[in-house]
Amino acid sequence: MLDTIFFYVFALLTIGGAIATITRRSAMHSALSLIVSLLGVAGLYLLQKAEFLFAVQIVLYIGGIMVLFLFVIMLVNLDQAAKERQFNRQWLLGLVASVLVGAQMVWMLNSAGVLSLPAAVPAPAATGPGNIEALADLLFREYLLPFEVASLLLLVAIVGSVMMAKKTS
Amino acid sequence: MNVDLISILGNFYVLTLIKLGLVAGVLLTALAYLQWIERKVIAHIQLRVGPTRVGPHGLLQPLADTIKLLTKEDLMPSHVNKFFYVLAPMVAVFFALSAIAVIPFGPKINVFGIETYMQLSDLNIGILFLLALSGMGVYGIALAGWSSNNKYSLIGGLRSSAQMISYELPMALAIASPLLLAGSLSLREIAESQAGFMLGFIPRWSIFQMPAPQLMAFVLFMIAGFAETNRIPFDLPEAENELVAGFHTEYSSMKFASFFMAEYANMVTICCLATLLFLGGWYPIVPSPVADYIPTLVHLAGGGMLIFHGLQPARKWDKYTMPVFGVAFLAVGLLFLVPFLQPILLPLFWFISKVGILLFLFIWVRATLPRFRYDQLMHFAWAFMFPVSVVHLFVTAFLVALLK
Amino acid sequence: MPPIPLPTAVPLTYYLILSAILFALGVAGFLFRKSLITVFMSIELMLNAVNLTFVTFSYQHKQVDGHLFTFFVMVVAAAEAAVGLAIILTVFKNRGTLAVDEIDSLKL
Repeated sequence: MLDTIFFYVFALLTIGGAIATITRRSAMHSALSLIVSLLGVAGLYLLQKAEFLFAVQIVLYIGGIMVLFLFVIMLVNLDQAAKERQFNRQWLLGLVASVLVGAQMVWMLNSAGVLSLPAAVPAPAATGPGNIEALADLLFREYLLPFEVASLLLLVAIVGSVMMAKKTS
Repeated sequence: MNVDLISILGNFYVLTLIKLGLVAGVLLTALAYLQWIERKVIAHIQLRVGPTRVGPHGLLQPLADTIKLLTKEDLMPSHVNKFFYVLAPMVAVFFALSAIAVIPFGPKINVFGIETYMQLSDLNIGILFLLALSGMGVYGIALAGWSSNNKYSLIGGLRSSAQMISYELPMALAIASPLLLAGSLSLREIAESQAGFMLGFIPRWSIFQMPAPQLMAFVLFMIAGFAETNRIPFDLPEAENELVAGFHTEYSSMKFASFFMAEYANMVTICCLATLLFLGGWYPIVPSPVADYIPTLVHLAGGGMLIFHGLQPARKWDKYTMPVFGVAFLAVGLLFLVPFLQPILLPLFWFISKVGILLFLFIWVRATLPRFRYDQLMHFAWAFMFPVSVVHLFVTAFLVALLK
Repeated sequence: MPPIPLPTAVPLTYYLILSAILFALGVAGFLFRKSLITVFMSIELMLNAVNLTFVTFSYQHKQVDGHLFTFFVMVVAAAEAAVGLAIILTVFKNRGTLAVDEIDSLKL
């Protein structure tokens, strides 16, 4: 019961935030709506016992990436752009395409038999005190190579953005 | 009847509500008095006397300040972005105060047969939760700076978001090394892993604990903590001689007070966190039979000193107020000897005194150090703090893997 | 202390439909919007929809592999944001606009 209420609250935050993100005029409002949406997703992670991802979502996404977004929005002056047309020339095509994408995904879920699953899937038994140990175990045993590749990717990204910043100054 | 009452109090929700009320009340009062203490301490460091007008030794000053801030006119400048202007102080104070929910103050206690932890909720990701809250705290300041629509505020907001992101990295790395020693993310388990003594007299706190003493991480954590709370010498977001008042230039009345409260709450959180991670939480500094008498001795000494000063009054009212405080101190000191209260009061004493010493450090630094220049601040974060904390984490991990 | 009553679960389907809606909204924003920054934010929406699906299936299968995929997606998103925002800043400095249908020439 409690779980269902929380699910609807977080789902509302997620969808509402997403709609506001793609419709608001000012980039600042869009970014803040996106933060609301991300918070909703973080709450959904928590409902599914992904505590570590909940924390990472907030620390990394909201506390890191979105602050970068706000930073850029504060640096570039978009006052003029906010008064202009917000949607580009192919918005009708875009609308059709996105509806098609949504419909296709629902169709795929349906044909895979996911939609006709019984309504009350039993909750998995609580797996001891959190799943962080299991996560770390898996990360450093089976997924060690992707982990190292990801760290290399981050290094490349750092060097790349520093180069980009240097060239312009 | 009596049994019914206890079973009602033992209910999870009722118990949590009671604890919530207690913690919130104590925290908010402490925040108000922290400001009084800060003014007094800085005044005495600078050879002044600080607030003395309201109540004996200015002790009612926080109350007067609160009434003043509550009844002041709540100005809404015409050029601000109204929604975010109102939202920003709420965000700041909300995330600053929520941090107290996961901080443990003491061990499991037993009151009238009800067993409970001296903590609101023991999250298994407690420390990550605190990092997440501090990440969200950036938004209060950044939003305030942006929505005020004022160039000083905007620069303050930009500076603070850059500063807080930069110092979050060394802070997270400094936190990671004691976690390696403790092997848990729950603040309670981290504190409990530091119980006991090595060789019979050295406390097993993280800063002393073999195989990897964390003294360096403690220093790095405190420096990053100063930066995260925007305190001198890192108070660039509100540098008053460059930016008027930085991000809260346009704020008045209770909205201004909210930022103030958020800053002090963040300070308390950082000090609690440092105590739990590095200074052994609520565990005493010396082994048990001696440690049980230290609180009494400290309070007796304090009370005796106050009474002595009351007998030789420096100011007019001292001969009335000082002895009263002295007797109160003596009474509190004797309270520590009651066997029934000891399991509750002793851990609290050790925890609060460690937090208090760290808070005093914050105030002392504020009275002593000048402010950094902004490029020095960034250079310090990225060229000194970050590499040192990476190397420190590396060495700790190596030692722990090798010797544990 | 009595244990906290365990809440009943929300069906898997709800989560999947939610993430499908979220993804479609991301696609819509990506195709509609003119401002480069908002387009970028729509990408983040799509990534989050995918993450949510990963976590949902992971929860249902009682394994944590999905959590790791989500974690890697977040790492990639961080790298993408750092480089992407640097590119956006450079574009704005060189052209003075962030409208996607005006940034249409390869040379200045």
